[in-house]
Amino acid sequence: MSNQPTTSGQPKRKVKNFALLSNWAGAVFLTPAGLLVAVFVIVPFFWVIFVSFTNRTLLGSTALNPQFVGLANYLALFDPANFFQRGQFGFSLILTTQFVLASALVGQALLGLLLAWLVQTVPPWVKRITETFVIAAWILPEVVIGFAWFAFLDRDQGTLNALLGSVGLPPGDFLLQQPFWVIVVFNTWRGAAFSMMLFSSAFSSIPPSYFQAADVAGASSWQKFRDIGLPLIRGHIVTDLILITMWTFNTFTPFLLTNGGPSYRTELVSIYNYRVAFNDFQFGKGAAVGVIMMLINLAFALVYLSIGRKKTR
Amino acid sequence: MKLTLPAFVGRIAFSALAALIGAAFALPLLWFVFAPFNARAELGLAIPDPWTLGNFVTVFGNAFAVQALWNSLIQSLGGVILVGAAATLAAYALSRSSLPGKGTITYILLLFSSVVSGSAAMVPIFLIVSAAGLIDTHLAVILTFAGGLLPTAMFILRDFIDSIPKSYEESAMVAGASPVQAFFDVALPVIRPGIVVVVVWSFVNIWGSFLIPFILLRSDDQMPASVAIYSFYSEAGTPIVTLLAAYSLIYSLPVIALYLFVSWKFGFRFFGGIKA
Repeated sequence: MSNQPTTSGQPKRKVKNFALLSNWAGAVFLTPAGLLVAVFVIVPFFWVIFVSFTNRTLLGSTALNPQFVGLANYLALFDPANFFQRGQFGFSLILTTQFVLASALVGQALLGLLLAWLVQTVPPWVKRITETFVIAAWILPEVVIGFAWFAFLDRDQGTLNALLGSVGLPPGDFLLQQPFWVIVVFNTWRGAAFSMMLFSSAFSSIPPSYFQAADVAGASSWQKFRDIGLPLIRGHIVTDLILITMWTFNTFTPFLLTNGGPSYRTELVSIYNYRVAFNDFQFGKGAAVGVIMMLINLAFALVYLSIGRKKTR
Repeated sequence: MKLTLPAFVGRIAFSALAALIGAAFALPLLWFVFAPFNARAELGLAIPDPWTLGNFVTVFGNAFAVQALWNSLIQSLGGVILVGAAATLAAYALSRSSLPGKGTITYILLLFSSVVSGSAAMVPIFLIVSAAGLIDTHLAVILTFAGGLLPTAMFILRDFIDSIPKSYEESAMVAGASPVQAFFDVALPVIRPGIVVVVVWSFVNIWGSFLIPFILLRSDDQMPASVAIYSFYSEAGTPIVTLLAAYSLIYSLPVIALYLFVSWKFGFRFFGGIKA
């Protein structure tokens, strides 16, 4: 082939560098998406930083003519005098950290891992039914889920108290008594499906011969899990942990169940941000909360993307 | 293969545990199976006696509830059309042109889209929308979601287009088609399954969303069903449980239908794999 330069040499080289779309057409194709993303994703990122240095409010004179106040909003958020008090930023930040640890890293990830391992070995119909309910909790709209749990936890009539009563346990008003643990269980229940699905597909990518060899050697399920399953899906576990951490950190869904109360006991940073900006109308302070949230998101996103890049290389 | 006794017992224990966890997941939703069909439904679990569709008739007789469903549909369809069209064009350009800096663009988009979440950016989004004079309009919700969902949509579609051989369009162009014709007549039909995935994913995201419409919309006649349901059970004093139960079920149906469609067509792995 190469000794026929006149016929095939020329077009071949052309095909190599040939782009189906000229740069000009490519730029046109990118424009609508580029504009939308610029206005609603990239501009907000920089605007929130700017607003966080002003005393902008929703109403009143500072709504139209906000003044530059330097670091005042940040100093107010990190005021050591009341940082840890209920309803203050520090309390909310610590609450969110506990919430992420308990409901995402422990709850969702461990339950997802357990479910993914269990459904490998159980009969197909058990697997089908279990997966259906776990996934239903995940796909239904958040408002419906919020209302479902509101009914489920109702002190006088709720399903949970009816169930407790039928086995002789005392009923409880859980939304009042244990609001934090309610949203932890709630978020575990809501999000376990993602980890289950991710780990399930990771487990099914392991060659079955590994497990068969272990079976021949008489390994127990726990040994197979510890020595074969777990080490081989380590990468997926890291991915899963980062993603569910970010989602849980940013979630607003518990608001639909508790409104952040009672007395700020379930006020996660997302809910705190909403209250400061849209109930107290302090946009400058709300923007400062937004900036801190984005910095935390940025740290997780950079870790996640750097892992993703390593994998593709 | 014959099972030994301990292995058999182990299997039963595994099945029992899986079934138990499944039941625990089903419990909070059990109420929704019965209450919508019970004319005297309360927050307690009760089997309807008799089963009735009366609650649904009540919902469709409530002008506010119907309007809210309609608003959800307008906002979701509007957002989906924008995301579908803009993401397809952009993903095609990222895959098929040799624009300088394509890789960097994709990286930055992904980074920003995961950093700028709705709950972190609610203040600037509100300010941008009000600066544009769009507060309390469908367009505000549509545009905000289009911007927020596009980076992920573009990423999914770009991967999809990358996996399609270029020779399809090349042969069309050898036959005399212009690049634009090759895109519309040859590439687009082949990309369609990818677009369906992105469209379904965006629809479910917008349809189910609460926070963005909650802060951007004020009047009753713009509110989507999600905000309506929230106001039904949070503000109205004692919620009208019968109405709410039936209404929540109607509101959930499109999501359930789309889920069944996607799992039938593609296997469910795609579904919402990356949530905004």
